[in-house]
Amino acid sequence: MSSTISDPASDGVVRAADGTPLKQRLNRALRREKLRSFLLILPLLAFIVLSFIMPIADMLFRSVENQIVEETIPLTVVALKEWDPASGEAPGEEVFAAFHADFVQAFKDKKHTRLGLRLNYDEPGMSGLFRKTGRPSTKMQPPYKEAFIKVDEDWGTVETWAVIKQASPAYTDGYFLNAVDAHRTAKGIEMVPENERIYLFLFGRTMFLSIVITMSCLLLGYPIAFLLASLPLRSSNMLMILVLLPFWTSLLVRTSAWKVLLQQQGVVNDFLVWIGLVNDADRLIMINNQFGTIVAMTHILLPFMILPLFSVMKTISPNYVRAAKSLGANDWTAFWKVYFPQSIPGIGAGAILVFILSIGYYITPELVGGTSGIFISNRIAYHISTSLNWGLAAALGTILLALVMLLFYVYDKIVGIDNVKLG
Amino acid sequence: MKLRLLLLAAASGFTFAAPVQSDELPACDNCASEMTVVSWGGAYQNSQVKAYSDPYAAMTGVKFIYDESSNEAVAKLRAMNEAGNVTWDLVDVEGPDAVRLCDEGLAMEINADEDLAAAPDGTPASKDFGESLISGCFIPQIVFSTTFGYRTDVAAWNGATPTSVCDVFDLEKFPGKRALEKRPKKNIEWALLCDGVSKAELYNVMETDEGIDRALAKLDTIKDDVIWWSAGADTPQLLADGEIVIGSTYNGRLFSVIEEQKQPVAMLWDYQVFDFDGWIIPAGLPEDRLNRVKHFLKFATDTQRLADQAKYISYGPARASSAPLVGKHEELGIDMAPHMPTDPANMGNILVNNIEWWANYADDVDAKFQAWLAK
Amino acid sequence: MSENRGAAVRYDSVQKSYDGETLVVKNLNLDIARGEFLTMLGPSGSGKTTCLMMLAGFEPATHGEIYLNDNPINNVPPHKRGIGMVFQNYALFPHMSVAENLAFPLQVRGMDKSEQESRIKRALDMVELGAFGSRRPAQLSGGQQQRVAVARALVFDPELVLMDEPLGALDKQLREQMQYEIKHIHDNLGVTIVYVTHDQTEALTMSDRVAVFNDGVIQQLSPPDMLYESPQNSFVAQFIGENNKLNGNVTEIGGGECMVEVAGGIKLRADPVNIAGIGSKTTLSLRPERVELQPEKPMDNMVDGKIEELIYLGDHIRVRMSVAGNSEFVVKVRNRGERRKIAAGDIVPIGWAAGDCKALDAVG
Repeated sequence: MSSTISDPASDGVVRAADGTPLKQRLNRALRREKLRSFLLILPLLAFIVLSFIMPIADMLFRSVENQIVEETIPLTVVALKEWDPASGEAPGEEVFAAFHADFVQAFKDKKHTRLGLRLNYDEPGMSGLFRKTGRPSTKMQPPYKEAFIKVDEDWGTVETWAVIKQASPAYTDGYFLNAVDAHRTAKGIEMVPENERIYLFLFGRTMFLSIVITMSCLLLGYPIAFLLASLPLRSSNMLMILVLLPFWTSLLVRTSAWKVLLQQQGVVNDFLVWIGLVNDADRLIMINNQFGTIVAMTHILLPFMILPLFSVMKTISPNYVRAAKSLGANDWTAFWKVYFPQSIPGIGAGAILVFILSIGYYITPELVGGTSGIFISNRIAYHISTSLNWGLAAALGTILLALVMLLFYVYDKIVGIDNVKLG
Repeated sequence: MKLRLLLLAAASGFTFAAPVQSDELPACDNCASEMTVVSWGGAYQNSQVKAYSDPYAAMTGVKFIYDESSNEAVAKLRAMNEAGNVTWDLVDVEGPDAVRLCDEGLAMEINADEDLAAAPDGTPASKDFGESLISGCFIPQIVFSTTFGYRTDVAAWNGATPTSVCDVFDLEKFPGKRALEKRPKKNIEWALLCDGVSKAELYNVMETDEGIDRALAKLDTIKDDVIWWSAGADTPQLLADGEIVIGSTYNGRLFSVIEEQKQPVAMLWDYQVFDFDGWIIPAGLPEDRLNRVKHFLKFATDTQRLADQAKYISYGPARASSAPLVGKHEELGIDMAPHMPTDPANMGNILVNNIEWWANYADDVDAKFQAWLAK
Repeated sequence: MSENRGAAVRYDSVQKSYDGETLVVKNLNLDIARGEFLTMLGPSGSGKTTCLMMLAGFEPATHGEIYLNDNPINNVPPHKRGIGMVFQNYALFPHMSVAENLAFPLQVRGMDKSEQESRIKRALDMVELGAFGSRRPAQLSGGQQQRVAVARALVFDPELVLMDEPLGALDKQLREQMQYEIKHIHDNLGVTIVYVTHDQTEALTMSDRVAVFNDGVIQQLSPPDMLYESPQNSFVAQFIGENNKLNGNVTEIGGGECMVEVAGGIKLRADPVNIAGIGSKTTLSLRPERVELQPEKPMDNMVDGKIEELIYLGDHIRVRMSVAGNSEFVVKVRNRGERRKIAAGDIVPIGWAAGDCKALDAVG
């Protein structure tokens, strides 16, 4: 037999013409293919790692990272290990001496104010205390305890040192605690006072509003996508341009346009007053509240619902509905039992897209949300750009990410993730 | 209060002095030929371009690149610094941000007398700028204030006009929607002042939880009638649309609503809150870029230059010797002095932004304020 | 048109236009008898599918009336017509199992569960797919899907079943098999079937009658054999089976025959099926297998032709010739085993009977 495959009888291994096992040959042949595919996706992979995975990892890391204390005042951190805040007395001279050495060095490196800012997250006033102590620290003479207290008597209190001791570990759960309205006190983890709780509430509201926005996008987008999918190509292309039109104007312009329309002296109210539906004295409040946020965001996110719906519906042959009707189903049954189930992958894709986009939105809520329409993202933005508490922002972001993944998981369990289709 | 004296002195004269600075600039050795300046965009940036960078470019040929990122300058600068690639040469920020950037080590400390121009009469910069040097890194440009504007055509007011900041809290006499900033700063102060706290006691009261609660309780009385703004342009627009009857914003914004757009709006200067705006130099610039920045600053902090900026925008110059030189608006031709926050007529009651206090307590108070807002 | 009552389906002067300018269906009159297997055959764009869709109720008639069991149905919505339908590509609901697909028409009719089950079983057994009830359509082969589609269209016992190119997606062998199966189901159940196809073999194999559509008009409505043997016009002659065309002028008519003069002054005797009169133009139609090559006895028509090409096809040999100016003239010669001494280039006599040569309307 002169075939390329030798007789497998001898040892049960199929061999190629040159005697190497066929599996091995095949693997070698496939390896080149695999290498080629890998090289083809390499640029994208590198891009994703750099622009997506690394920033997220960085964010996750920041939410627990706390090396600044240990790095800035290492001697103090060691010296404070012996001190127990429960003693009710400020630490002794040896801690102050260590702190002085650390502090003078930190002042030279211009790092003392930075540490003050970090500690200020835990205890208001620390920032000022550190800034104030900067220059005088260079002229201090032992005993340092008295010298520090002379600069500010806060240095003599237990609380100041308790804050420093508590902030000493290189990693902290403090940001996460803050992100769920809790903090660590001498008595353990406690919720912050009622009048400071905000994040859990905002998480809840963000979820609620995002779901409402997703639902309203679905309600408005489904019929449009249905219409687009059932029209001949020429007219549907035309209408598709109208759907995409909002993308051509800037987000700010569109949001401002809603203001002009919905404000109390705005177009809609003017019209309602003019036709006599609304009394001039009690014009409707439709902006700077949840309603305004929902309207503006639904408008902005609608295309993200329509596009996946459209592309899925486009693939549903009109024959299915015809078949259903020929089998005796009326219009509604044909739609509900036959068309709708087949459009679910589009609903899934659109809903996930809109939901994820909306929980991360902050510009629109900031502009039209007033006080009742703001999202957790607005607080994240505040901590990123104004308070510079990036640790807290990272913790909030991480929780948001976890929530999205949880919802994804739930969606997968209920609907199935393979039931998501962009076309 | 020293600042108060400075502000009064700054506003004391209207005489038009002849330009005194020479057009000769010292040579710049080892200087970069480009500068990236960060500012706020809009009319404000325009005033800087006309008063500082255009004349400087005309003399030196330096190319200016403006980046309108001042709004998020602190966060961006921190990110640039962490990435080790600071592309900005000069950053325009408000006072509190300058303090913050200095504390973070993101801004370079300056030596006022060495780096800034002395006054024409030889007064050293540190003395001429005086209290406006709120941080070792800050190069002051202007004094601005946050104050109220109100519509002059509100029928429900029966001819009354607000004269006190406390009229903002008086819904009976002055019904209608108000606009306040979606931040605790200034609102807390105004609320307490109108709740009977004396100016001297103000920050002591605010330091206590009860003080903040008391301020929020006062704000509660008007909460339902407040539209909360987050961009300085909101209040002028809301006033022009008739959406609100009174609202707080920056005095320059109100100036343009009143004088440029001729809307039926007037200023309420009572308890205006002063702030500074100025430049910082990012820390760690390479030598040639730093040389260029310093060369430019020496030019741009000159007494006449600061006074020139007020021709284009109604903010007061931050150094005492510039005040007498403030003239007329470049296009409208009106006297700018009465529109300056620092005009004695406007300075009956004033507050100065307590940067130190807010640096310490902002996070806490903000949490409480936002929780209160969300309720 | 016949007005006989009791037709299962009647199209009465039906017209259809989509754009208001051109008629896709022009004045259609057609009766379909109860229990009949009628095929609408024609090239694409001939209006046959439109006629089917109007009957199913998915397209409204622009003018005229369609009757189902003598009841006008123009205003009856599709789901109330009780017509079973098999679609091109089957239109099986992909999110339902085979059994659920079959249950669908029963459920919407509110049939009780046990009745449903027995019917589904019967229908699946009929198409020999009894074990496939729980599969999804995507898990079935094309032929199996096709059978499910047929079963679904029949499971609710409709009197009329429409089939729109149901075999178009199958390969040739499967298609032939399915033709017989559908035919058997029709014979066993006695339902009326209206079948649309562009495949003449399908039409000839299965139908009781075939309506040949072209240009929105039925060209001929006949049983399959009549269609082939007696085409009423050149389109049908050309569309059904293979056909030789010779163009000429009528010179004489009489005695059930006519004389046609074709190119080269050759006069041929023909069956005057569709001619206007003496002097009019006509196209002669002649089936290739009715032509004798080198006939032993003289025939009605005898001419000489030049052999252009010989193609060996096993059971017969195709001979392409030039006859009376037509170089595409084909003669099929049965392979009887005897060696004929012919080769390309030879000029040989050919002949055919006058009755096999139809004088039809002139084309080309």
